[in-house]
Amino acid sequence: MEFTTHSLWTLIHGMGFGALYLLAGSGALIELRHRFYPSGANQDRTQGRFLGWYLAAMAALAWLTVLTGTYLIYPWYRTPPPAGTANLAAYPRAFLLAHPSTSAWHSIGMEWKEHVAWLVPIAITVAAVVAIRHRNQLVCSLSLRVTLQSFVVLSLVAAGIAGFFGAMLDKTAPVGGGASIQIVKGDGK
Amino acid sequence: MSATRNTNVDSPELVPNGPAAAAILSAGIGSFALAFITVLADRSAALKLLLTFSKPVGPLSGVTTIAVVFWIAAWIVLDLLWKRRELPLSRIGWGAIALFVLSLLLTFPPLADLL
Repeated sequence: MEFTTHSLWTLIHGMGFGALYLLAGSGALIELRHRFYPSGANQDRTQGRFLGWYLAAMAALAWLTVLTGTYLIYPWYRTPPPAGTANLAAYPRAFLLAHPSTSAWHSIGMEWKEHVAWLVPIAITVAAVVAIRHRNQLVCSLSLRVTLQSFVVLSLVAAGIAGFFGAMLDKTAPVGGGASIQIVKGDGK
Repeated sequence: MSATRNTNVDSPELVPNGPAAAAILSAGIGSFALAFITVLADRSAALKLLLTFSKPVGPLSGVTTIAVVFWIAAWIVLDLLWKRRELPLSRIGWGAIALFVLSLLLTFPPLADLL
C-alpha cells in the first residue's frame, strides 16, 4: 500500500483543508443561527468572540486550500507532456484535453474551479473580520447579520463548486508523480 | 471591568458602521475584480502572458494576485473614507452580495464565453 508525494498533497489539499472547510461551514451556519436567532428572548451578547475566531479558523483553512491548490498542485496538473508522449496518464490536463469525452472536465470543471475557489477566502476573511471587529453591532444590526450569513453561505457555495470539480477531476485524471511513500508492505499473494 | 464591557455591548449604536460596510463592500469589489480580470484574460493572449507572474502556475497567478491586491486596496481606501460614517448597511450589503453572485456566474466558463 503506497502513494506518491503529489497524491499525498492532493489529499491534504482536498480532503484535509477543503473538506474540513465545508464541514466547518455547516457548523458556522448553525452557530450563526443559534447565536443571533435564539429560541428564547435572552440573546448571548458577551460570548460573540467564539464565532469570530471560528470564522477566522475557517478563513485560515480557505487560504491554505487555495494556496496549496494554486501553487503546489495546479502546476503538477498543468505540466505539459514532452513531445511524442503516448501515455498521458501522468499529465492530467493533457490527458483530459486529449479525449472529447473528458475535455469538458478541464475546459469547464478546472477553469471554473481554479477561479471560483479564490472567492472563498475573500468572503470568509471579511466575514471573520466583521464577526471579530464588529461583534457588538452584529447583535443589533439585522442588515449586518444577514450580510454576514450570506457571505458564509456564498463562500460555501463557491467551496462546494470547487470541491465537487476537484473530486471529479481527481477521479478522472488524478495528479500523481513524486516520490513513493509506502505505508504497508503487501505479502505478495 | 464587566460593567465597561457591558456598556460597550449594550451601546453598539455609538460605533459607526462605516468600517463594517467598508469590509463588506471590499469583498464584493475583490470578487468582481477576480471575475472581471479572468474574463479579460480569457480574451487576450497578451494579457495572459502579462498575468503569468509564476510560470508553473500560469495566468492564474496574476489574476488572483491582482484581485487580492484590488480587494485589500479597496478595503483600506473605503475604511479610511468611511471610518466615522453611518451608512445604509442594507444597501451596501446587498450590493456586495450581488457583486459576489455576479462573480460566481462570470467565472463559469460557458457564461463568460457568451459575453
